[in-house]
Amino acid sequence: MRIGLIVNPVAGLGGAVGLKGTDGPDTVAEALRRGANPQAGARTRLALERLAARCPGADLSVAPGPLGADWAEGSPLTLDIAHMPAASGTGRDTQLAVEAMRDASLIVFAGGDGTARDVAAALPEGAAMLGIPCGVKMHSGVFAVSPGAAGALLADLVSAPDRIAWNDAAEVMDIDEDALRAGVLAPRLYGLARVPVARRLMQASKGGPRMDSAEALTAAAQEVAHNMTPGTLYIIGPGTSAGAVMRAAGHAPTTLGTDALLDGAVVARDARASELEALASDRPVRIVLGVTGQQGFLLGRGNQQISPALIARAGREGLIVLATEEKLASLAQPRLWVDTGVPDLDTALSGYIRVRTGAGRLTMMRVGAS
Amino acid sequence: MTSQTRAHPWMANSAPGAVQAMLDEIGAASVAEVFEQIPKDHFRKTPLDLPPALDSEVALRRDLVTKLKRNSDCEANLSFLGAGVWQHHVPAVVDEIVGRTEFATNVWGSYQSDHGRNQAWFEFSSQLGALLNLDVVQLPVYSWGCANGHAVRMAARMTGRNKVLVSALSDPERLSVLRTYCQPSEMDSHIEVVSVATDPTSGRLDLGDLAAKLGDDVAAVYFENPAYLGTIETESAEIARLARAAGAETIVGVDPVSLGVMTAPGDYGADIVTGPVQPLGVHMHCGGGVGGFIASRDEARYVHEYNGFLVSVAETVQDGPLGFGLACPHQNSYGSREHGKDWTGNSTYLWAIAGAVYMSLLGPDGFRELGELIVARARYAAKLLGAVPGVRIVWPDTTFKEFVVNFDDTGETVEDINASLRKHKIFGGIDLSNQIPSLGKSALYCVTEVHTAADIRRLADTLKEVLK
Amino acid sequence: MTRLPEFHAAKWDEPLVMEMGRPGGRGQLFPAPEPEVAEAVGTGLIPAAMARKDRPELPEITEFEAQRHYLHLSQMTLGMMGISLFGTCTMKYNSKTAEYATLRPELAEVHPYQHPDTLQGVLEIIHDFDVILRSLSGMDQFIFQAGGGADAAYTMATVARAYWADRGLLGQRTEMVTSVQAHPCNPATAAAAGFTVVNLPLEDNGYPSLDALKAAVSDKTALIMINNPDDMGIYNPEIKEWVRIAKEAGALCFYDHANFNGVMGKLCARELGFDACMFMLHKTFGAPKGGGGPAVGAFGCSDELAPYLPCPVVVKNGDRYELDDDRPKSAGKVREYWGNVPQVVKAYAWARAMGAEGIELASDISVVANNYMDKKLAEIPGLAISNPDVTQRRMEMTRWSLGPLTEETGVGTADFANRMADYGIDPWWMSHEPWIVPEPFTPEAGELWSKEDIDHWIAVVAQIAQEARENPELVKTAPHNQPVAQLKGDAFEDPEKWAMTWRAYKRKVAGDTATQGVA
Repeated sequence: MRIGLIVNPVAGLGGAVGLKGTDGPDTVAEALRRGANPQAGARTRLALERLAARCPGADLSVAPGPLGADWAEGSPLTLDIAHMPAASGTGRDTQLAVEAMRDASLIVFAGGDGTARDVAAALPEGAAMLGIPCGVKMHSGVFAVSPGAAGALLADLVSAPDRIAWNDAAEVMDIDEDALRAGVLAPRLYGLARVPVARRLMQASKGGPRMDSAEALTAAAQEVAHNMTPGTLYIIGPGTSAGAVMRAAGHAPTTLGTDALLDGAVVARDARASELEALASDRPVRIVLGVTGQQGFLLGRGNQQISPALIARAGREGLIVLATEEKLASLAQPRLWVDTGVPDLDTALSGYIRVRTGAGRLTMMRVGAS
Repeated sequence: MTSQTRAHPWMANSAPGAVQAMLDEIGAASVAEVFEQIPKDHFRKTPLDLPPALDSEVALRRDLVTKLKRNSDCEANLSFLGAGVWQHHVPAVVDEIVGRTEFATNVWGSYQSDHGRNQAWFEFSSQLGALLNLDVVQLPVYSWGCANGHAVRMAARMTGRNKVLVSALSDPERLSVLRTYCQPSEMDSHIEVVSVATDPTSGRLDLGDLAAKLGDDVAAVYFENPAYLGTIETESAEIARLARAAGAETIVGVDPVSLGVMTAPGDYGADIVTGPVQPLGVHMHCGGGVGGFIASRDEARYVHEYNGFLVSVAETVQDGPLGFGLACPHQNSYGSREHGKDWTGNSTYLWAIAGAVYMSLLGPDGFRELGELIVARARYAAKLLGAVPGVRIVWPDTTFKEFVVNFDDTGETVEDINASLRKHKIFGGIDLSNQIPSLGKSALYCVTEVHTAADIRRLADTLKEVLK
Repeated sequence: MTRLPEFHAAKWDEPLVMEMGRPGGRGQLFPAPEPEVAEAVGTGLIPAAMARKDRPELPEITEFEAQRHYLHLSQMTLGMMGISLFGTCTMKYNSKTAEYATLRPELAEVHPYQHPDTLQGVLEIIHDFDVILRSLSGMDQFIFQAGGGADAAYTMATVARAYWADRGLLGQRTEMVTSVQAHPCNPATAAAAGFTVVNLPLEDNGYPSLDALKAAVSDKTALIMINNPDDMGIYNPEIKEWVRIAKEAGALCFYDHANFNGVMGKLCARELGFDACMFMLHKTFGAPKGGGGPAVGAFGCSDELAPYLPCPVVVKNGDRYELDDDRPKSAGKVREYWGNVPQVVKAYAWARAMGAEGIELASDISVVANNYMDKKLAEIPGLAISNPDVTQRRMEMTRWSLGPLTEETGVGTADFANRMADYGIDPWWMSHEPWIVPEPFTPEAGELWSKEDIDHWIAVVAQIAQEARENPELVKTAPHNQPVAQLKGDAFEDPEKWAMTWRAYKRKVAGDTATQGVA
C-alpha cells in the first residue's frame, strides 16, 4: 500500500490566538501577527517517529518542503518526494499535493477540517485518508485521536494490516468560519471518505456480540420506509442517517442535499426550498433528519433547504430523526438544537423528540432552540 | 454503619482497622459519608430479617448437608426418570476439570489470559461438530428449549415467515419455553406454533399432515430424533426434503449420546440442529445441569443469525500456537426484519468444558459402545416390562433410551404405581396421563448405561409385585 | 516505584485435543450388554435408515491424556487467580464448602421430576433463600428459573406481557422505557420479547432527567427497567419520583439490581415503589461464574405480579415444601425446570455465611474500597473520572477514562487490558457499548480484595501508564508473558477464514475435502 503525506503547515494557527480557524491567507497572516506558533510540523514529526520506531524502512511519499518533506527530515523512513508546483500558501496546495501523489492509496494529512475538505476534494476514487489532528476545528470523522495514535495506526498498516479495518463512510465536516467568528456554529457535511480504523482486538463484551450501530441504523431506516403513509410527502434531509431511509426505500440518496419521496417514488432530488414547498402543496409533510456530530444540530445547519414553512407544516410530531446511539452518546451536550430562523417555530419545536437508533429502538432527546 | 467483632473469612478488609485506614486516606469521617449520594429517605426502613449468620465453615456445612440429606436421590434409589434430564455416567475426570477454580470462577479476560478456556470451548464445538457432521456449533445457551427458541427465531428472520411446525407429541416443558420465545399472539412479531399429527402406530410424524401444513408461511419444521417419547424418526431425510421444497428451514433436536449409533443430522438435511448438553458429562443437578447447543452448516446466512458466542480458531501475530477468538463480534440478530434481536448473557459455558472433556474421553468407539449399550438395555427393559401382566409397551422396537409404558389394563393410575414403587426405592417413569391423555395411563421410562440388567429385572419384578 | 512481582503465564504449546492420540486409543470403556440382554434383544436395534455408518472424528486418547490436556488448559486460564477488580461483575470468593455440598449425590444426582416427598431438602433451601431475598427486597415471591441476569430481565418482560394481556391491553402497552446507561440486556431482552425500546439519555447530573421520563411514558408504556446505581457509580436520587411518574402512567417498574453490592442491606426495592426486581446470584451472592454460567437471575415480584410468574414456584404448605405448577395466568417458562439449583444452594450458603450484619458490612467495605481506589487512581496522570462534575463520592464502582493518556500516547484501554495480564492481573472491564467516555475502564473492588490487593492493582495501572509514555509499543503489542500472542483479527468476520470447528478449519485452511451436511 502506497502512503502519501501532506502537511498543512499553517493548520491550527488560529486556535491559540483566539481565532476560530485558519481558513484563508488573511486569517493566517492575522494569526502570525498575533504571535501564533505553527503546530502541524511538530505534530507530524510525532506521528512519523511513532511509525519509524516500528517500521524504520517504511516507504512514504511526501509533498515537498514545508508541505511534507521538511518534517520527515532525518527520519529512517524511505522517502519519495513528490513533484508539484510551488506552494501558494492556500488550500490549493493541499489539493495539488494530493494530485501529485495519485498512486497513493492512503493520504495522511496534518491539518484540521479545512485541510480534510481539501484532501477529500482531490482524492481519487477508492483512496483513503487519515488526519493527524492539528486543526482548530476537527468535526470530521477522519482524524486519529492523537499524532501518536496516527503513527501507530500507520505502523499497523505497514506491519500488521489485519489489525486495521476500513470505514467507507467517515463524514468530512466543516464549519463556515465567517459564521463561526460571528458566534454561529454552522457545521456542514461536505462528503464521505474512506478511513482506516484500528480494530479493537479484544473479546466482544461479556454480554455477547456487540451491536453494530450502522446496521442498527439501517434497520431503523427500513422500519421508517416500511411504515410510510401514502399521500404524505417525505422530505429527506442531508447526511448518511437520513439518506439511509432513501436507501431503504430503494433509492440512492443525494447525501449532501435534500430529496423528497411520495408514495415510494423520488419526486425531488437535491431540491431547493421553493421546489419542496411546491411539492408539499396541501399534502401532509414529514421530514427525515439526521443529527450533526458533536453539536447535535437537527435543523438550521446545512439543511436550510428545509424552510420554516415546511418545518411548521410537519411540526415536531412530523420530524423523523435517525442517529446511531454512538453519535448521540458523543454529543458535546445531551441536546439537539434547532435554528430555523423563526424564534416562535424554534420554541414550538423545543421539548423531547424520539430519535430512532434501531428497529423498535428509540432514544428520547431534548430539543432546544440555539 | 455496622459493628463487628471479628474478621469474616471472605472479606479481607473486615480485619480490624482496614476500613478506617481507607476512610482516613479518602478523608471521610465515617462510613455513612461514602453513601452521601443516597437521599436519607431512600434508606430502608424495615430492618433486615435474616436467619443468624453461619460464619464458621463447620456450621455452614452442617446446615447445608443436613438439609440436602432430606432429599432422596437417584443413587440411593433406582430411577427411570428422563425427559430432558437424564441420569448418565459422569466420568470423574470431567468433575475434576469443571471444578478447577480457574474455570469455575473465571469471568472474562483477554483472548490471551483466557486462552486455555477458549481452546476448551473450541474443542467442545469441534467435537460436537464431529458428532453432528456440521461445521458451526455455538457455545451452549441456557437450555435445549431455549436453543429451540433461538433456532426458530433464526429461521423466522431468515425466511421472513411466522410459523413453526412441531410434533403433536412434543415435550410440554420445552414447548412452553418455545411458546415464550415465539411471543403472545397479540404482538406484531408473534410466531405461530402449529402441531403436526403423529402416526398412532409409531409415534412418528404424520408426513401427510406435515405436507398439508407446509405452506409458504412456514419458517421452520422442528422435530426431534429420538423424539420426546423416545421414538426414532426414520423418515428424517424425507421431512427435511419436504421442508426445503416449501422454503422452510429444517430444525432437528438430537440427543448427543445417541450419535455413536444414530446417523448424524448433518447427513440427512438438517439446516439447524439443537440438543441438550447435560448428557455430555453434566450431573442432573435437579435440572440445574441443563444447557442447549445450536449448530448449523457453515454458511454466512446462518452464521449471521446466531445469538451467542461462536469461537473461531485464529492465527496470532507470531509463529506459534493458534489462538481462539469470537467470530462475528459485531453480530446482531436483529437485522432488517421485525422479529427483534435475541440476546445473550451469562449462559452455561462451564458445561461446554464438561462436554469437551467428556467427548474427548469417549472418542468414536466410546460413543458407539455407549449407544449400543443404552439401546440394548432400554429394549431389554421394554421387553421385561411388556411381559408384566396388564402392562403394554406403546411403541416397542422403535426407541432409543426412552419408551412409553401403558398401564391401562392394570386398573391402577401411574401416580399410585409410582407411589408403590417409591416404597421399594424405585422412581418410576414420568406420568404422561394428564400430559398426553390420548396415551391413556402411561409413563415415560428412561434407561441408560447406569442401569444394569439386574436393575432392570428388579424394576420388572417389583412392578409385578406392586401390581398384584 | 515499588518493584512489581514478576509473572509469566503457563505456556504449554498445547495441541488441540483433535490432533492428539492414536487409532484405537481409549479414554472410557463401556461394558458390553449383559449376555441375557444381548440374547433378548439381538443386534441391529437402530432402524437401518438411521444407523450411523461413519466413525465420528473424535480424539482417541487415554484417560490420563484427557486429564492432563484439560489441566494444561486450565493452567492457561488466568481465571481470578490474579487480582480481578472486574467492574459490573462483583468478583467474590466462591465458597468451596458450598461447591462440595452441591456435588453430593443428594443434589447432583437429583432429578427435577422426582416426587416432592424426595425433594424436601432442596425445596427447603430454595424456600429459605426466597425468604432471605424477600427480606432484602421487600418483594413477595422469588423464582430462580432464569439462567442469568439477562434471562431475569427477559422474565420481567414476559411477566409484563402476561400482566397486560390479562387486562386486554398488550396490544396497546407496547413500549419499555429504560436508561441508555442500563445494562444492554434490558433493551435487548425487552426487544426480543416484542417491546419497542425507549432509551433515556444521561443528562446534566449523570442520569436521565425527570423531564425526559415524563415525555417518554404514556398509556403505551408497558414497563420501565432501571438499574441504580449505574456503572459510573452514580446513584439517581430521583428514583422514587421516577417510580411515581411511571406508575402514574400505569407502567410496571422493574429494578435491575445488577449493581446491588453497594446498596445491599441499605435499600429495599419495594419501599422505593418497585413492582419487581432481579438479583444475580453468580455475582452479588457468591456463586461462581463458570466463565459465563451456569448462572441465576433471581426474579422477585409483588403479590400483584406473582400470578404471572413462570412455573413452577416453590411454596411452603405447613411443614411441607411443594412445587406449584397450577398457575393459570402464568407467563410460561423462560427455561426448563426450576433453575440452576446448585447455584441457588451456593447463593443460599453465601447469604447464611454472611448474615444480615455481614451483608451490610460487605456493602460498607465495597463502597469505601471503591472510594479509596478512586483517590489512588486520581493520582495517576492521564486518567480521568467519568462525570467529573459529580463531586459526591461514588458507589461501589466507578467508570474511569484513559482518554487523556490515549491522546498523549496512543495507548488505549484495550491495550491496557492486554498488558495487565503480563503482570498476572486479570484484564479490567472496559464498558458496555456505546462507550459514554473515551477509552473506558470500570474497576470494582468489592469486599473480597484486600487493601494490599487494591494497592498492587493500582501500582500495575501506574506502571503501564508509565510504559505508555516511555515505550508505547511495549503496551500496544502486549501481552508478552501469556500463552499466545495477539490474534490476527481478519479471520473473525470473513466467512472464508472463520472456523468454528476443527472440521471447518481443516476444510478451509488445510484444504481437507471432508464434506459437511447435505446442502
